[in-house]
Amino acid sequence: MGLRSEPTAASAALTLRHVTKRFDGASGQVTALEDITLEVREGEFLAIVGPSGCGKSTLLSLLAGLEHTNEGTINLGDQPVEAPGRDRLVMFQQDALFPWLNVLENVLFGLRLKPDLTEAERIESARYYLNLVGLGDKERARPHELSGGMRQRVALARSLAPNPRVLLMDEPFSALDALTREQLYGDLQGIFTKRKKTIVLVTHNIREAVCLGDRVVLFSPNPGKVQQVFDIGLPRPRRLNDPALASLAAEVTEALTSHPAK
Amino acid sequence: MASKLPRPVIPTLVAILLVGGWEWYVRSGRVSEVLFPAPSHVLRWFWDSLLSGELLSATWVTMRRLVIGFAIGAALGVPLGALCARVRWVRDTLGVLALGLQTLPSVCWVPLALLWFGIREEAVLFVVVMGTLWAVVLAVQESVLNVPPLYLRAAQTMGSKSWHLWSRVIFPAALPGVLSGMKQGWAFAWRSLMAAEIFVVIVTGFGLGSLLNAGRELLRMDQVMGVMAVVMLVGLLADLVFFAPFERWLRRSRGLER
Repeated sequence: MGLRSEPTAASAALTLRHVTKRFDGASGQVTALEDITLEVREGEFLAIVGPSGCGKSTLLSLLAGLEHTNEGTINLGDQPVEAPGRDRLVMFQQDALFPWLNVLENVLFGLRLKPDLTEAERIESARYYLNLVGLGDKERARPHELSGGMRQRVALARSLAPNPRVLLMDEPFSALDALTREQLYGDLQGIFTKRKKTIVLVTHNIREAVCLGDRVVLFSPNPGKVQQVFDIGLPRPRRLNDPALASLAAEVTEALTSHPAK
Repeated sequence: MASKLPRPVIPTLVAILLVGGWEWYVRSGRVSEVLFPAPSHVLRWFWDSLLSGELLSATWVTMRRLVIGFAIGAALGVPLGALCARVRWVRDTLGVLALGLQTLPSVCWVPLALLWFGIREEAVLFVVVMGTLWAVVLAVQESVLNVPPLYLRAAQTMGSKSWHLWSRVIFPAALPGVLSGMKQGWAFAWRSLMAAEIFVVIVTGFGLGSLLNAGRELLRMDQVMGVMAVVMLVGLLADLVFFAPFERWLRRSRGLER
């Protein structure tokens, strides 16, 4: 039922080597990402932060296998990433819950695509993750009956339930109000510590990145490049208004604004 | 003052007034009963033809044609519409053709259908299918193309693809649009069937349209009006019994309406 722990050695879960991604825009080719080399360690919470247009969401699509690199390679363990797969689940900016399914069925969606489970195991697993995000009593509700924060919690449960090797998060909190967001930071950190999941979070919110990430990778735009990597050594659980966190966030902001704007 | 009355009171009063006025107007002799029968005449025709079984058998013949024709049209239209949405060149060919043929009132097919199939059941069915098919194709194509890409991305990352993606994500997501396309197809089928039945007498069955046309030929306007009323009633019932509950359930369960 997916409670086995992931290997804890500091090996790389995801390896990006010289990744370049270009798009054909209206005014010729646009380089979204240029020569990105990056490692995501097993069991690490990596936060990628940068201004809009720095290619961070593109990077996540590449990791998910929803898009392909023009140059360079992406490996999951020692396997190249070529297509979407259950080993890398994505949580999107909007919850992307299916309105024709109830909460439990939404969480079961990914589980039902795992062939080697019985239906009873799937339901047990789905309930486990719904309880983990604090929505054990809402399994019969329809997505539209839930608040935005609850929906995003269901989406989190849905992404965690098939026990992916890596969880990819594409600005999942940006559409939520500040209070709900802070609650979810707490929940997510709790789940992260408990489940030892490898997580890649993309965000434009620097405080969020510093609050959640073991490392924060700052991207600079036009074309998207790694500008700087920060190690965040703060103990967990971290609180958003902790002064130490605030000063680290200020440091990242400093680095971001010092980059010459184009 | 009006707010204290139960809501159905005013419509009922208006209906009584209208029907009563009509009855009185005809009986007062200001208009020929032959050209403009009174409600009581229409009712008598209705009662008589109900007793003789004529009305029920005509309704049965028509309903059967409608249901079979609609079912064929929908059964062909859903996969074709999906194909149009999925494959670019099919959309550029069949999709465009559907757009053109949808604007063609399907009664225009009657002359060809009669030549191809003879004055038989198949000819009417063909006309009904032509009325349904293109509306359904276009509605399915449109609603599949409008499925939010986010759903597809989410499903794909969870490992859903090909048939699973179609049956578990694309089709459920497109269902509201498909349903309204079906409803439109049903309306077109109903109209085209009436036109076809009035236009030609099909030897294999005497439907409501034929009954209406017979009324014209016999100069029995009570029959014409009676059949018109039945045609309306059947249309209303189909919507009330068939589509409305399904639609309401669909909208309610997705939070589009409470």
